[in-house]
Amino acid sequence: MLEVIIISSIKVLTVVIVVLTCCAYSTLLERKLVAYMQHRLGPIYAGPWGLLQPIADAIKLMFKEDLVPDRVERTLYTLAPILSFVPSLLVFAVVPFSSDFTLFGYDVTGVISDLNIGVLWVFMITGFGVYGVVLAGWSSGSKWSLLGGIRSSAQMISYELSYGLSIVGVILLANTLSMTEIVGQQDSIFSWYIFRQPLGFILFFTCAVAETNRAPFDMAEAESELVGGYHTEYSSMRFASFFVGEYANMLAASAVAATLFLGGWQGPLLPPIVWMMLKVFFGMFIFIWLRGTLPRFRYDQLMNFGWKVLFPLALLNTMVTGLIVMLTNGTN
Amino acid sequence: MNLDTVIFFAAAVVAVFGATMMIAQKNPIASALYLILSLVAQAILYVQLGGLFLGSILIVVYAGAIMVLFLFVIMLLNLRSSDDLGPPPPALGRFTKYAFGILLSVELIVIVKAARMPSKATGVLGFPVEDFGSVKAVSTQMFTTYVYPLELTGILMLIAVVGAVVIAKKENNAQVSDDSGSDRPAKKQVS
Repeated sequence: MLEVIIISSIKVLTVVIVVLTCCAYSTLLERKLVAYMQHRLGPIYAGPWGLLQPIADAIKLMFKEDLVPDRVERTLYTLAPILSFVPSLLVFAVVPFSSDFTLFGYDVTGVISDLNIGVLWVFMITGFGVYGVVLAGWSSGSKWSLLGGIRSSAQMISYELSYGLSIVGVILLANTLSMTEIVGQQDSIFSWYIFRQPLGFILFFTCAVAETNRAPFDMAEAESELVGGYHTEYSSMRFASFFVGEYANMLAASAVAATLFLGGWQGPLLPPIVWMMLKVFFGMFIFIWLRGTLPRFRYDQLMNFGWKVLFPLALLNTMVTGLIVMLTNGTN
Repeated sequence: MNLDTVIFFAAAVVAVFGATMMIAQKNPIASALYLILSLVAQAILYVQLGGLFLGSILIVVYAGAIMVLFLFVIMLLNLRSSDDLGPPPPALGRFTKYAFGILLSVELIVIVKAARMPSKATGVLGFPVEDFGSVKAVSTQMFTTYVYPLELTGILMLIAVVGAVVIAKKENNAQVSDDSGSDRPAKKQVS
């Protein structure tokens, strides 16, 4: 029992540290990639290729004054950054990051918790992510923040349905809700679910971009219309927690996409953990690529797109997959 | 006192606390948040009883989607405290709420007494059914034994959706006919 607790604690600590470091370096990755897309250089001064830039940013944010405007509602204002940051980390509890391995004579599973409703857990937690943004918008006592919060909640409700439906196809084919088993089924590249559920993958990723409030769906913080949206009134580490939360959400969405559609840690030659990281990196690259390429949606376009395009497509995908699974008698 | 009992009492206390605070708050947003807290505690209770699927659906649907909708409506109407809801009801109305509250509490106690529930909180291990509460067990029940109620619920929801569309459509048409002819719709007639 004690051994299990110690191993689990070390695993949790490792995952949290790795995810937080990845978050910090995702900001650098984003700035570099967007810079190259726009024929700029991006950060170059802090260390070689700007590699120390995230550390410099973190130090700067930590030493900044924590401004709290007069008209905020204190409790919720304090709670909001935490609520946006914590759920994004919790998703990693069910993501299998490696196959089972042996370390110093102990058998270690490659996932923190192999929950048999792992996929549902992901949606439980991402559903909670919106509260941080919404409450930040509400409690700031500023109209820009409030507008950002309202937009975000409407957007979340609209895209959550398609988000949930987009993976039903995979669940129908996999016949399980456990992330570990879903990865286990994708043991060769041809059995990756992206090839059997191409529409599902596109829908999943589109909704993931919307759920993480990223461009072109970043209506909640649209800086050209709402100053900074929901985090206008935040400064210092509170602002940083929103920022880290956003990047952790992107990482989580990429990791879930990699697990459900791209075979998770499965892959030839390289060790499993490297494959997982490469696939997560691929997801992050698409996130940043989209931001560097697409202009922001107008609000009514966003709503129409969600309800009149994504949602019917998700229903169609579920129906067709269900029919095929039924006709082939559940075996595929 | 094993771990199950501790978790049960913690979750139960939080659930009741959340529900009480929800009706005691002046600020509607705080009310909504306490309701979410209560829902999460209830989900923990479900999971403890072996209803893993039920608990997670409670979180996904109620805490994750319906409460966001509530928050959205509250924020859209910009209700900062219960005073924004209008003047308090007359004395008679205030009395009826206590009367109904007491009546419902008595009814609850009578029902719980009549149901003869086991007095000890049994954990997950107390259940004889294999796979109780798992997704497979719940869905098998739903699509075999209870398939007709399920389908009827589906039809009921379809009717509700059609009704919602009809209501939304009517208002939309009225607005369109009001604003027709002008390039930029002036929305001043909203009282």
